[in-house]
Amino acid sequence: MLADKDRIFTNLYGLHDPFLSGARARGDWDNTKALLERGRDAIIQEMKDSGLRGRGGAGFPTGLKWSFMPKQSDRPCYLVVNADESEPGTCKDRDIIRHDPHKLIEGCLVAGFAMGACAAFIYIRGEFYNESRVLQAAIDEAYEAGLIGRNACGSGYDFDVVLHRGAGAYICGEETALIESLEGKKGMPRMKPPFPAGVGLYGCPSTVNNVESIAVSPTILRRGAAWFTSLGRQNNTGQKVFCISGHVNKPCNVEEELGIPLKELIEKYAGGVRGGWDNLLAVIPGGSSVPLIPKSVCDEVLMDFDSLRAVRSGLGTAAVIVMDKSTDLIKAIARLSKFYMHESCGQCTPCREGTGWMWRVMTRMVEGRAEPSEIDTLEQVTRQVEGHTICALGDAAAWPIQGLIRHFRPVMEERIAAYKARGTAQPRLAAE
Amino acid sequence: MPKVTIDGIEVDAPAGSTILQAAELAGIEIPRFCYHERLSIAGNCRMCLVEVEKAPPKPIASCGYPIAEGMVVHTNSKMVRNARRGVMEFLLINHPLDCPICDQGGECDLQDQALGYGMDHSRYAENKRAVPDKNLGPLVKTVMNRCIHCTRCIRFITEVAGVPDLGATNRGEHMEVGTYVEKALGSELSGNIIDLCPVGALTSKPYAFVARPWELSKTDSIDALDAVGANIRIDARGNEVLRILPRINDDVNEEWLGDKSRFSLDGLKRRRLDRPWVRQNGKLREASWAEAFDAIAAKLKSLPGDRIGAVAGDLCDAESMMALKDLLASFGSQNFDCRQDGAKIDTSRRDFYLFNTTIAGIEEADAILIVGSNPRREAPVLNARIRKVWSANATPVAVIGADTNLTYPVTDLGPAPTALSSLFDGSHAFARILEDAKRPMIIIGQGALARPDGTSILAAAWRLAAKFGALTPDWHGFNVLHTAAARVGALDLGFLPGPEGKAFESLVGGGVDFLWLLGADEFDTMAIPANTFVVYQGHHGDAGAHRADVILPGAAYTEKSGTYVNTEGRVQRGFSALYPPGDAREDWRILRAFSDVAGKRLPYDTIEALRARLEKVNPIFATLSHLPRFGCSDQSGPVGDPNVLSYKPLVSPMQSYYQTDPISRASPTMAACVAAHTQPALAAE
Repeated sequence: MLADKDRIFTNLYGLHDPFLSGARARGDWDNTKALLERGRDAIIQEMKDSGLRGRGGAGFPTGLKWSFMPKQSDRPCYLVVNADESEPGTCKDRDIIRHDPHKLIEGCLVAGFAMGACAAFIYIRGEFYNESRVLQAAIDEAYEAGLIGRNACGSGYDFDVVLHRGAGAYICGEETALIESLEGKKGMPRMKPPFPAGVGLYGCPSTVNNVESIAVSPTILRRGAAWFTSLGRQNNTGQKVFCISGHVNKPCNVEEELGIPLKELIEKYAGGVRGGWDNLLAVIPGGSSVPLIPKSVCDEVLMDFDSLRAVRSGLGTAAVIVMDKSTDLIKAIARLSKFYMHESCGQCTPCREGTGWMWRVMTRMVEGRAEPSEIDTLEQVTRQVEGHTICALGDAAAWPIQGLIRHFRPVMEERIAAYKARGTAQPRLAAE
Repeated sequence: MPKVTIDGIEVDAPAGSTILQAAELAGIEIPRFCYHERLSIAGNCRMCLVEVEKAPPKPIASCGYPIAEGMVVHTNSKMVRNARRGVMEFLLINHPLDCPICDQGGECDLQDQALGYGMDHSRYAENKRAVPDKNLGPLVKTVMNRCIHCTRCIRFITEVAGVPDLGATNRGEHMEVGTYVEKALGSELSGNIIDLCPVGALTSKPYAFVARPWELSKTDSIDALDAVGANIRIDARGNEVLRILPRINDDVNEEWLGDKSRFSLDGLKRRRLDRPWVRQNGKLREASWAEAFDAIAAKLKSLPGDRIGAVAGDLCDAESMMALKDLLASFGSQNFDCRQDGAKIDTSRRDFYLFNTTIAGIEEADAILIVGSNPRREAPVLNARIRKVWSANATPVAVIGADTNLTYPVTDLGPAPTALSSLFDGSHAFARILEDAKRPMIIIGQGALARPDGTSILAAAWRLAAKFGALTPDWHGFNVLHTAAARVGALDLGFLPGPEGKAFESLVGGGVDFLWLLGADEFDTMAIPANTFVVYQGHHGDAGAHRADVILPGAAYTEKSGTYVNTEGRVQRGFSALYPPGDAREDWRILRAFSDVAGKRLPYDTIEALRARLEKVNPIFATLSHLPRFGCSDQSGPVGDPNVLSYKPLVSPMQSYYQTDPISRASPTMAACVAAHTQPALAAE
């Protein structure tokens, strides 16, 4: 249970002024110069010590990622901030951007300084029009106040922040596709290696971080790695903004410690499951990409990277999608399959062909118009996509179906049996 | 050199190579669709997946994954086989089962690999995707249902051809390869995407439904439609050429071929001369060989040697030119010329008229100056090589001549040869770039030589090359780009005016009473004075035949075994793929037979004996296919005053790429290309 004093996003709900004076009142831009004066290595070490794991979904240690940037480079280095928040169920970055934009901008400066970047490019989702207006206003303010730009915060370091609006493609949230899109090309993921830290934006060393990872970094540096590690659990330290949506009484964003029990999270902040906890059917705990978990697992599971992994799901973006017993789970997952088919970039074979195949079979599964053996075929198709693609969209398309089959196979079989029974009950029309 | 182990075989591969390249060194073939060694790596087909020990436990695309010391790779493990089977299944679910009516059948990568990794039945019960076909012009036929989205065609057109006409629209399974706005591909190399396409999505439009690959007899030959001498394979069935494909030769054409060389083969069947003709009472009539020979011999015997002359055309093989020269020389003639365009070429030294840097050597150049040439039209394959060095090193290129799109950015030095002076005196900024360059290259086109001040331009260009260090013992940066396949061979064997001989202008202007045109069509033949007796020996009823008094039907380059010397001076030999039509014969045989009738028997009865004669005339003809690179040891330049340069703009001799010789002018496909690339004039209301 996160105490109020330990909250980082103190204006998550937009109750206060999002702009500079409000941000200063909340402690942002407080002697940022001193933070920078600690030096690049000290900042990266502090981040490593804090154990912060990337908040964009994959959970890669942020400090370690920063340390991959070259110490010396004859080319400019860039920080790229991924604000293309498109994962269904996720809305945390949006609230950070519109209610606490200066946390992000200050984070850009600190992180950019730590990795030797000369500029940060914030790639914001095209649909976030109003949010981009707020963020741009905040950036302009920061420039005017001398917080970024030439001699940022009086530190002698020159640092630019550029806001770039995307055109609304889910795939552009993948780091290399984002870079391609930022360069003005079609958003298609690149092969790795080379990783962006070697060859990234415009061929220069780059690091792509999620908005939340960047926005929490100044506070971690101010309050120290020890404070951050005191929150959460081992290897899953700190706090996190959870987005709770679906069949709950009060959907919300809430900042909490990692490792909070899922049940507590839902009951305490989201007003509980519609119709009570016993009406719960399943939860997708980390945005649409991760496999769902049935109620039996939800009863006990803790909300952090390792605990959810142990139950063969994932924390992802910590977007908790709650589904009560009124839900047609097969239909829900089929809708996700349609989303992934629509958002596949079409570059590599398994994802381009597999997502369409999966969706088509899933639509038949919704009606039950299939053979029971096709459930196995479907499962195999997801395995043929998973891990065989350039980027993780293939995995993301496969996992929800795998979760469904793993936990709700009997439901699918029942549906098929019911369809068959209907077919025999209704007399066929005579051919003549 | 990192050492890696692939399937238990240890190999040392150059640092930076990919697993796929290292596997090739180890002799292990990894299946692939999107990977091509001359294109950038896309990594999208996922067919080349392999397993790497101590890496993440999932298959890795070997085409783009760099090797590291001590890496252990398995290309045939259970995981790899399953992964490839999965990918193959995905490729096939939306691929139509139309192999029986697909022109790629029998030479299709997908067919071949489906044999290894395909399933015996389909698990895909849904409807297949349908994609509208695209119209890419008269050369490339599309069946987009078959496309597997490997993007080889997009990468070739963008990277190698330098014409960003192709791209992918939409995404996911709706992704389509196309031009977005329908148009004919604007590249002279567009036919190569047919070879690159691993499936039957892009096939040859003129060849559609014509033949199966296993029905064709394949003959190695040399392309004669430009001076690059691209290595080709002639595929024939019966006595008909059905298609022409490039052969790999990294020194000449890599594996590309220009569209004219590839597609003008239907011109080989049209407007052919298939019997001798003799002019009687002002009209040509069909004749027998004996009648034709008698008519020529009668005329020839009545004339002194200095009234006899010959002009060799652009498609001739060296053997027939040698035989013709020997024949007429035995009548005492010294009047020979092979320069139908009147190009001012100094033949006193071989490096005055060769592309000395060599085509492969272009890749070493660090600054390029093009004078009076449009290599994109005159030698598209060579132009692709210039583009290659530009895209690799951003090599600066400057052009004196018409301002055209050469597929890479150039510094425009203006249209007039006087720009050479401003480079020489350093008043133009590009002089600085040439000065700093370690291996500068100057390319002189025929547009600069075939004009009155040609000798001056040649001399000025040489002087420039000498000044900027292009002529050193280990680098020869002075290059002449020819447009005619026969030209360098003719110069090498001395098909030129003798000491008292008459040159081209005189030969066609009434300087002789007897003129033998060996396939010479590229000038105004009707301007030859009426009292000149003209013999035309060639294969097409083109300009030369119209004016002729006697026509002797010869063989086209596909129908004879011939030696050609390309613009680099590389001697190459092609083989005959079929017989000439009707009564037509190989050209050297015609000359040999006529020499008997004329009573001046040529001393060779076989083509080997004739080739021995060629080697005696110039030992260079013995150096088949092998071309030693040489520097420049003697800086003294060709004759000509480098200071007398005119302001007259330089113009490329080729105003159209598609119709430049008798074969391509007879080709309906080339005519369709011209029509497709000529914008119809908008009708005024």
